[in-house]
Formats: sequence, C-alpha cells, structure tokens
Amino acid sequence: MLSKLFPHPLLTLVLTAVWVMLVNVLTLNAVVFGLILGTIVPLVTAAYWPDRPKLRNPLGIIGYILIVLWDICVANVQVALIILFKRNADLQSAFITVPLELRRPEAITLLAGTITMTPGTVSADLAEDGNSLLVHCLHAPDPAGTVHDIKSRYERRLKEIFE
Amino acid sequence: MILTYALVFAAVCFGLGLLMNLWFLVRADSTGDKILALDTMVVNIIALIVIYGMAFGTGVFFEAAMLFAMMGFISTVAYCRYILRGNIIE
Amino acid sequence: MILEYVIAALLVIAGFFGLVGSFGLLKLPDQMTRLHAPTKATTLGVGGVLIASMLYFFGVEDALSFHELMITLFLFLAAPITAFFIARVQLRNHVAERDLPKPERAGTRWAGHLGQDRSSD
Repeated sequence: MLSKLFPHPLLTLVLTAVWVMLVNVLTLNAVVFGLILGTIVPLVTAAYWPDRPKLRNPLGIIGYILIVLWDICVANVQVALIILFKRNADLQSAFITVPLELRRPEAITLLAGTITMTPGTVSADLAEDGNSLLVHCLHAPDPAGTVHDIKSRYERRLKEIFE
Repeated sequence: MILTYALVFAAVCFGLGLLMNLWFLVRADSTGDKILALDTMVVNIIALIVIYGMAFGTGVFFEAAMLFAMMGFISTVAYCRYILRGNIIE
Repeated sequence: MILEYVIAALLVIAGFFGLVGSFGLLKLPDQMTRLHAPTKATTLGVGGVLIASMLYFFGVEDALSFHELMITLFLFLAAPITAFFIARVQLRNHVAERDLPKPERAGTRWAGHLGQDRSSD
C-alpha cells in the first residue's frame, strides 16, 4: 500500500526540496504543497519508470561529486590553456573507444556525463550493444593513458556505488 | 567599490563573448555549429542576466534566468533531435 | 569586506573563463574540437557568476536565495546532455564511420551511424 502511494520515495523528497527552493521561502505552506507535488508527480510518471535504481553505496556519491567538481575546475584551466596558447596545428585530437564494465543505464549515463564535464574529453556515442563508449579528446598525445584514467578514476567508483 | 569594477569586467567579458558567438553564428556553415553557437549564447545570456540582477541588487531576474536556462536546453535538444530523426515527437 | 574581495575574484575568474569559452568557439579548427570550448569553459564561467551572486545576496543584501543553486544544478545537468546531442549531430553530418575506432566487441557498430544506413538502403 505504502509503496503504491510512493513508488519512488527518493524522488518525492527531491521534488519537495526543489519546490521549496523554487519558492525560495521555508514555510509550512511551501513544504506541504511540495509534498503534494512530490506525491502526485511520481504517481503519474511511475508507468514510464518501472524499476527503481538501487544504490549499493549511497554515501559514495558525495565523494564522487567532490572528485568530479575538482576535476571540472582542473579541466577548465587545462582547456583554457590549450585554447589560448596552443596552435591549432599542434593539436592532437583523437577519437578513443572506452570499453564499459558498467551495465546499468543510470551508471552509464552518469559516466558519459562525467566524461563530458572533465579534462578535454566529450562522450560522443554509445555502441549499439552498450558495451563501449566513443569519446572525443581535445588533446590526447597518449590515448591509452586517457582510457586508463577514465576507467580507474570514474568507472571504478561508479561501479562501487551502483553495482 | 571593487565590486562595481568586477561587475563591469564580468559584464564586458560575457558581452564580448556574446558578440563572438553572434559572429560565429553568422560565419558557421554547418547546422551543428549553428546549434552550438545558439547554445553558448544562451549560457552567456544567463550569466549577463544574473550580473544585471547583482548590479541592481534585486532578485527578480532569477526567474527569467531560470526560464532562459530551461528554454535553451529544450530548444537545443529539440533542434538536434529534429536533425537526427526528422521529427521531434514520435 | 573580505567577502567583497571574494565575490570580485569569483566574478573576474568567471568572466575570464566565459570569454575563453566563446573565443575557443571561434578559434578551434574542426567540428568536433569546437564542442570542447563551450561545454567546459562556459559552465565554470556561469557557475562562478552564480556562486558570486549567491554570496552577494547572502552577505551584502542579507537574504538567502536558493535560485542560483537551482540554476547551477540545472545547467550542470543539462550541459552534458546538450553536448551529447550536438556531438551526435556533428558525428552524423561530418565524420565517416570508417574514421572512427571500432567498438570493443567485434561486429557491433556505433548507435549514431545505424539509422543513417537504413535510410540510404
């Protein structure tokens, strides 16, 4: 009964928090209306989202976010230096294939998003069977090393969180 | 005082960026580049709106910035999807 | 007073990165490399402006505002998705399949180039 009324409890909490932040005042009024929205929206959308993503290690997410934020700052400086001081002729951009060990769609989405936000790499495509990711590097003198970095830095942590 | 200078500097930077995007939008010859230029313009405009709000000390522009962010995201995705699939809602 | 310097520094850094991002769009040579400039430099640019604005309204005007946080969150969620879509468009229009490395498992292909074939068959 309770799981029928709240198909995604976490989504209910997130929607309530987002509503309170959008209204921008912390009153009982806002919280109650946020809870109402947080109940109705998951109920209506539950049919499109049948299985709940299960987290094995939710606290790992905080560490992951901190690492990614730090990498975003570093990536910005690196890309800015490349743009400002490297001649286009010296640029060694390349496509690389990253073999995936992750199987869950949520985890692969997160990994692709992380790759796009971090040092000089943009995820461009996924293989039809979901086993490898096509990544474009802005400046990669050592493509194998970049693949190893991505796998050891992000994929390993995501694997610990999700699987 | 220093805050005013910083605000002016940031506004000039993002304004110049906006002009560069406009120049790139006119010059680009492929559709993907034009979408990229429009997407970057949206991001720069959000920054300009927030800077304007700070300069005048009011928070009323944040709703505008948020709407701009959402509209920019949805229009970019819809545009790309139209080129990839030939229609937006199947 | 210190807060003012922090806000000013954030604004200057953000403005610099925003400008570099837009400049990269003009400078970088081909369709795929151009994607890198805006997705990174502008995100930190706008992120810096939004954090500065949050500190400003908290410290100078004495009003806690969550709207900046929402905008930042939204932009950070949206930027990879738009970048992925634009990358798909560029790949499909400008990069031939034979120029790409092969996927890990033999015999499979990249999803973006699948539909192209079917329409031409």
